[in-house]
Amino acid sequence: MNDLYIIITASLVASSCALLGCYLILRKMAMVGDAISHAVLPGIVIAFLISGSRDSMTMLIGAGLIGILTTFLIEFLHKKARLQTDASIGVTFTWLFAIGVVLISLFAGKVDLDQDCVLYGEIAYVPLDTLIIGNQSIGPRALYIMGIILAAIILFIVFGYKELFLTTFDPAYATAIGISTTLWHYLLMGAVSATTVASFESVGAILVVALLIAPAATAYLLTDNLKWMLALACMAGVAASVTGYYIAVWLDGSIAGAIAMMAGVIFIVAMLFSPTHGIFTKKFSRTASIAS
Amino acid sequence: MNSLLDFFSFADPNIRFVVIGSVLLTASSAIVGTFTFLHKKSLVGDAIAHAVLPGICLGFILSGTKNPAYLIAGAFVTGWISLIGVEYITRHTRIKEDTAIGLVLSVFFGIGILMLTVIQKSGNASQSGLDHFLFGKAAALVGQDLLVFGTVAVLLLLAVFLLFKEFSLLAFDKDYAKAIGLPVRGIELTLTSLIVLAVVIGIQAVGVVLMAAILITPAAAARFWTNKINIMILLASVFGAFSGLSGAYISYIAPAMPTGPWIVIVISTIAFISFFFAPKRGVVNRLLRQRNIRRTINDENVLKTLYQLSEESRNFFIQRSAEEIIRRRRFSLETLTKVLNRLKRQGYLEQTGKHWSLTEEGKNRGQRVVRIHRLWELYLTTHLNIAPDHVHDDADTIEHLLTPELEAELEKLLNYPKVDPHKSEIPYA
Repeated sequence: MNDLYIIITASLVASSCALLGCYLILRKMAMVGDAISHAVLPGIVIAFLISGSRDSMTMLIGAGLIGILTTFLIEFLHKKARLQTDASIGVTFTWLFAIGVVLISLFAGKVDLDQDCVLYGEIAYVPLDTLIIGNQSIGPRALYIMGIILAAIILFIVFGYKELFLTTFDPAYATAIGISTTLWHYLLMGAVSATTVASFESVGAILVVALLIAPAATAYLLTDNLKWMLALACMAGVAASVTGYYIAVWLDGSIAGAIAMMAGVIFIVAMLFSPTHGIFTKKFSRTASIAS
Repeated sequence: MNSLLDFFSFADPNIRFVVIGSVLLTASSAIVGTFTFLHKKSLVGDAIAHAVLPGICLGFILSGTKNPAYLIAGAFVTGWISLIGVEYITRHTRIKEDTAIGLVLSVFFGIGILMLTVIQKSGNASQSGLDHFLFGKAAALVGQDLLVFGTVAVLLLLAVFLLFKEFSLLAFDKDYAKAIGLPVRGIELTLTSLIVLAVVIGIQAVGVVLMAAILITPAAAARFWTNKINIMILLASVFGAFSGLSGAYISYIAPAMPTGPWIVIVISTIAFISFFFAPKRGVVNRLLRQRNIRRTINDENVLKTLYQLSEESRNFFIQRSAEEIIRRRRFSLETLTKVLNRLKRQGYLEQTGKHWSLTEEGKNRGQRVVRIHRLWELYLTTHLNIAPDHVHDDADTIEHLLTPELEAELEKLLNYPKVDPHKSEIPYA
C-alpha cells in the first residue's frame, strides 16, 4: 500500500508540474520556472515560522506571493537596472535561495525542514504523515494536497484555455482583443509558485524543476497540438514517476533523484525516436527518401 | 568580538588555510565568471554547477576515496558532458536553449542526488563530507585539499591572464575575431573548460546549488561601476574575495552554518547596492538623471513659450497668466504650476498675484532655446535637405540638448542667418 501511495503522490506532482511546464517552455520561460522553484524557499520558511505548521493556506499564499515577487524582481533588474536577462535570473534566485537556507539553519529548532529535504524532498515519508478525520486515517496528507493542487491547475487550464493559449502564442492579438497579458503572466507564475510549494516536501526544490521541464520538453518533441502536448506531458511525468520509484527502491537511493533521472531518460528516447521530430527518425526518413 | 580578533590575527594555521583557500576560490571564480557574464552564459554556469554533482559521486565511487584529484576529474567530465548535452539538444531539436539548460541541469542533479543517497547508504565510512559539496563548507578546506584546489585556482588565473585579449575580443565582437583569423571555436572551448574548472573548485566553498552566484553575481555587480573590462575584473575579484573572506569567518564562528548561502548573501548584498546606487548605471542615479532632464525640458519649454508669446509685441516682460501659457502650448495645470514656482525660485520669473513675467535671465534663456530651435530647423533644411514641414519635432528635442560650443559652431556654419525656413526671425542676444 505504501508503494502505491508514494507512486500516486509522485504522479500527481509530476502531472501538475508537467501541465504548467508546457506553458513555461512554450513561453520560453523555463529558467524563470527554475528560479521560482528556488526562490519560494524563504517564503516557505517564513510562513512556517509564522503559522507554525506545514499544511496551512498561509504557506501556499505566502509562497505564491514570493513567486510573483521573484518574477517581478527579475523583470525589474532586467528593465530598470538594464541587467541582461540571464544574469538577472541567476542573481535573483541564488539570493533568495541562500536566504532560505540560512533561515532554515538559524531556526533549525523551530522549523521542521532541513537542508537536504530542501534539495530532494522526503517522498519516502509521505505515507507516514496521514490525514485523520474523526478517528479514521484516510491516507497520506500529501496525497490529498497534491490532488487538490492538480484539480485546481486543471480547472485553471480548462477555464483559462483560450486566454493562456493566446497570451502564449500571440500576445499582440491577445492584447488587441482585450486579454491582459500581464494578468495571465502573473496568474501563471502564481500557479507555478503554488505548485512548487506544494511539491516541495515531496520532491524538493531542484527536482521540481526536472518535473516542470523534462516531461513538457518531451511532449514538445512529440506533437504540434497544445492539447496533445498537455496530455503527453502528463503521461511522460507519470511514466517517470513509476519507473523512477522502482529504480530507487532497487538501488536504495533517493526516489526524487531517480524520478528526475527517468524524466531525462524518457526525454532522450523522445529526442531520438519521436515520429515527427526524432533525430534518428529524421535521419532514417532522409536516407529512405534518397534511396527511393 | 574576541572571535573576530582570533580570526583576523590568523594565528591558527587552520584559519590561515581556510582564509587563503576561500579567498582564492571565490576570487578566481569571480574572474572566470566575468567572462561567463560577458559571454551571456550565466545560466550555463548554473547548469555546469549542478551537473558536476554526479561527477563527484562517480569519482568517489570509482576511486573509493575523497582525494580531491579524483573528484575534480569526475566533476570535470560530467560538467563537460552537460555542456555538450545542452548544445546537442539546442542544435538538433527544436527545444530552445533555456529549456535545454533547465532540463540538463535538473536531470544531472537528480542523478547526482540519487548517487549521493546510494553512497550514503552504502556504509562506506569515508563518504562523510561528500554532502558538503551541496552547500559548501569553507572550513573543510585543509592541508592537502587546499594544495590541489589552490593549484587549480592559480592555473585558472594564469590562463585568464594569458588569454585575456582573446576572451575580451570574443565577448564583445565575435565576428571581428573570426575575421582576423582567431581560432574562435578553440578559444570558446578553452573558456568553457575554465568555467567548468572554476565551478569544480568553487563548489568547495559555496556548494553546487549556489555556485552560479559566485560566478556571475560579482561580475554583475562590477559591471555597474565601470565600462572598462580590466577594472571590471579587478572589482569582481575584490567583491568575490570579500564574500569568500566573510564566508570563511562565518564558517569559523558558526560551524553548523552552511557557508555557501552566507557567501551568496554577502555577494548579493554588494550586487544590489551596486544595482541601485552605483554612480552612473545605478537605478537611483539613472532615475534622478532622467527626472532632471525632464525638468530641464519642462522649464525651457515654459520659458520658450513666454518668450514666443511676446515676440510680436517685442515687450518680453509683460505679465501673463497660466491660462495664456497653456493656450499657446499644452501643459497640465499641475505641472505648469510646479514649473513656474521652480523658475521663480531660480530667478527666471517674477510673480505678481496670479501673473508671471520673465526676468532678464529668463528672457535670455527662452531666447536661446528659440534660437537653437530655429537654427536647427534651418540646418536640417539647408544641409540635410529635409522638407521644412518635417523639421519641427527634431528641433523641439535638440533645443534642450545642444551645448554652447555646438551652438556657436552651428551659427558659424550657417553664417549667422536672420530667419528660419518658416520665415520666423532668429533672435540673437
